[in-house]
Amino acid sequence: MSYFISGEKEDWEVVIGLEVHAQVVSDSKLFSDASTEFGAKPNTQVSLVDSAMPGMLPVINKVCIKQAVRTGLGLNSKINLHSVFERKNYFYPDLPQGYQISQYLQPIVGEGIVTLEMSGEIREIGVERLHLEQDAGKSIHDQDPRNTLIDLNRAGVALMEIVSKPDLRSPQEAGAYMRKLRAIMRYLGTCDGNMEEGSLRCDANVSVRPKSTSELRTRAEIKNINSVRFVEDAIEYEAKRQVDIYDSGGTVNQETRLYDSDKGETRSMRSKEEAHDYRYFPDPDLLPIDLSTEFVDEIRKGLPELPDAKKLRFVGEMGLSEGDAEILVSEKEIADYFEDLSVGRDPKLSANWVIHELFARLKKDDLNIDNSPVKADRLGSLLDLIEDKTITNQIATSVLETMWTSAEDPVAIVEKKGLQQITDTGQIDSAVEKVILENTDQVSQYKDGNEKVLGWLVGQVMKTTQGKADAKSVNEILRKKMDSG
Amino acid sequence: MTLTSLTISGARDKLQSGEFSSEELIKEHISTVEKCKNLNAFITSTPEIALDLARKSDARRARGETLGGMDGIPIGIKDLFCTEGVLTTAASHILDGFIPPYESTVSGNLRSGGAVMIGKTNMDEFAMGSANITSHYGPVKNPWYLNDGKDRVPGGSSGGSASAVAANLCLGAAASDTGGSIRQPASFCGIVGMKPTYGRCSRWGMVAFSSSLDQAGPLTKTVRDASIMLQSMVSHDPKDSTSSPEVIPNFEAAITGDIRGLKVGIPEEYRISEMSPEIDKLWSKGVELLKSAGAEIVDVSLPHTKYALPTYYIIAPAEASSNLARYDGVRYGLRVDGSDLNDMYEATRGEGFGKEVKRRIMIGTYVLSAGYYDAYYLKAQKVRSLIIQDFNDIFDRVDVLLTPTTPFAAFPIGEKMDDPVQMYINDIFTVPASMAGLPSLSLPGGLSDEGLPLGLQLITKAFDEETLFQCGDILEKQINFSHQAPYIEEIGS
Repeated sequence: MSYFISGEKEDWEVVIGLEVHAQVVSDSKLFSDASTEFGAKPNTQVSLVDSAMPGMLPVINKVCIKQAVRTGLGLNSKINLHSVFERKNYFYPDLPQGYQISQYLQPIVGEGIVTLEMSGEIREIGVERLHLEQDAGKSIHDQDPRNTLIDLNRAGVALMEIVSKPDLRSPQEAGAYMRKLRAIMRYLGTCDGNMEEGSLRCDANVSVRPKSTSELRTRAEIKNINSVRFVEDAIEYEAKRQVDIYDSGGTVNQETRLYDSDKGETRSMRSKEEAHDYRYFPDPDLLPIDLSTEFVDEIRKGLPELPDAKKLRFVGEMGLSEGDAEILVSEKEIADYFEDLSVGRDPKLSANWVIHELFARLKKDDLNIDNSPVKADRLGSLLDLIEDKTITNQIATSVLETMWTSAEDPVAIVEKKGLQQITDTGQIDSAVEKVILENTDQVSQYKDGNEKVLGWLVGQVMKTTQGKADAKSVNEILRKKMDSG
Repeated sequence: MTLTSLTISGARDKLQSGEFSSEELIKEHISTVEKCKNLNAFITSTPEIALDLARKSDARRARGETLGGMDGIPIGIKDLFCTEGVLTTAASHILDGFIPPYESTVSGNLRSGGAVMIGKTNMDEFAMGSANITSHYGPVKNPWYLNDGKDRVPGGSSGGSASAVAANLCLGAAASDTGGSIRQPASFCGIVGMKPTYGRCSRWGMVAFSSSLDQAGPLTKTVRDASIMLQSMVSHDPKDSTSSPEVIPNFEAAITGDIRGLKVGIPEEYRISEMSPEIDKLWSKGVELLKSAGAEIVDVSLPHTKYALPTYYIIAPAEASSNLARYDGVRYGLRVDGSDLNDMYEATRGEGFGKEVKRRIMIGTYVLSAGYYDAYYLKAQKVRSLIIQDFNDIFDRVDVLLTPTTPFAAFPIGEKMDDPVQMYINDIFTVPASMAGLPSLSLPGGLSDEGLPLGLQLITKAFDEETLFQCGDILEKQINFSHQAPYIEEIGS
């Protein structure tokens, strides 16, 4: 599905590259032993190293190295056995060292590929690199009328910067790429992907070019976007802004822009002329990272099944539709739930119940699958009742509703309420006869060839049996009786 | 003999035999420090802490539990080692009032070994200087002088440490050497200065100047003392990623009194035009003495030596420009208020740093800048590799190198001030070993014609401090330098 912006004279293509900053899942920071836990009181998770006291030295947290390699492997990327930490020098109060320790010329992970499926079309998005770097602290400007306050809890927390190639061609693709990266890292357990807590942020490099051309034009960089929707909105706005500029004969400036989600627009932050000279150089306090192939192979062996492979299996082995499989693998928690549920059960029935019944019910209460009041094993018991024909699908929906607020077992609920399916055809027969007698008008309409009314009549029978009759049997019996009568 | 004129090994033996207590030893030194304030060797004196530590040392000894060779010994600590609860300034205005809540690994090791810190010694600001004239706390005087009424510089950057040891204010001092900051002042003050292999001493808690070069080491009165004190300073420290896990030998045990068959290299490139003839003479004398002790003399060449100094003055400032970025007035030390953030930075750093520090920050910033990085910093790193290769090649053939420590003797305070390049020449013989991270030791070689001390330098391959001490001890005995700083007689210290 191609995305073009119509300009005055021609259609324009959008070219997007994303730099995603993903917080590494680790107990302590990249170069210090301070905790990384979110939400602590300001400046309570700050070591002497994080606050850059004189004479303090960074020591690499090996867990972060492992996590970066794991992520690199998950992104089908080349792992660089030799990589180097460098210093990126600039002054800011929430950067205590006066430099950020990052990787520049020699990152730990090289080129890779992320596969997206956009309305059935497979798109391969190139990953340029992944490197490790320190997060900065937080400057708080709105709590004191005269002073800026600094919270260093985040300072030194490990980030992975994942840089894509300029392969994305629409805001939706950029959004899908973000979601995919997030899913992969959550499967790997290398980033929790929590965008509200700032664990996943991105900078978007956006440029446009006439559809007929292939040269890259000047790009603008939109900084620090913290939700998938904002990524899409910001790119859409920015691309249109650039097309308008070209249409009115202007030129796009290479600059850094901010996205204002309240106003839905991007604003200039600083131009290229004001850009920093970061004076990168290898950090002499740290040795280069030299990994052995054994170390990388060991991590490779421990990789979990990732979304793409899982989807293939769901479709190939379980016979699910592409669409259902895509939904089920989109989040690790959903996939886990589904897999727990579908053990020894009909995969299609399981998928249906997760995607339709469970999701609808979760949505109603604004819940996620991992805090669902009905866990996979209980939902499984309910599906067993459907499969052995104890209850109808319709009844099962109402049992789920009861289960939502009660810890009771579905079997017990069904028994207590007498919701077992009516299997006695005599009972169904009499219900059908009663409906035929009471609705002569509709019956004659049916006999005159109006098939639509059949559904209404089935509904009436279901009503009298309180939904406990099997709709398919009711249908058949109704039809038979009216056709013969 | 007064207690202050002792050596570490002498005091160690007498403490052990009970001739005097550590408390007596410390008291004597504290009063000498008081008497010699005009040297300006200390930024902070810590007599109460020292007496407390001395009494504890005596109590330990009474129980028969000494902590080693440094137990009860009075030492100075260069003011760039962070000392818990004691003002630490790096001789800079920008660290005004900075009292660290932590103890550097090296000073902590010394304390664990029972050494008694009597104060924090003066130095060039952030260890940048070769004359101890850039200190915010004023210049340090060399206890050596002539009859011309001019005070001499003690060398730098560890000028306070060297002056203190040479004037008998302490028996040893923990200092640091980046391009010669231990060895050059040792040479100027007529004492022993030793820089171990890069990585032997942890840099944790030591205010950084140039991370890839900074290395702690001792300043003492004798080679043996240096071996004893170094033993107490070194450790493998997991808090410093560049700290070496190499096995630590017993350094004093390396002093065997025998260097027969030892191959001593004489590098021709150290014979430079800036060097005075008397230095040349001193050097030749050193060669003769080692030969007579049974060493084999080998002429060698280190072809890239001439690039060491210019290369050093690219790499060291580059690292410093980044290392000193943390002194921004935000979290500790001096803050000079400004109208906005940038103004505050400028006011704080403008007032907080001295001229030489600013010069090096500017040089360092320049050589790392976009467009200059390749031509300066990257090139310098490549040259550094060549210098290291030179040494590697040489140490296949010889065990130790003998060179002068400095191209001239201590100069009067106020001279060589206008031309930084003249000042930088001080380090010309000490910088190559620093660039290669090699252990190196300076010991008094004799007096200049005018009567000022001159040092000879020994260099060995990495982690071979033992040969350095072994050879240094012999050379020391052969030279038999028995002169005392005139100041000692004058003041009676």
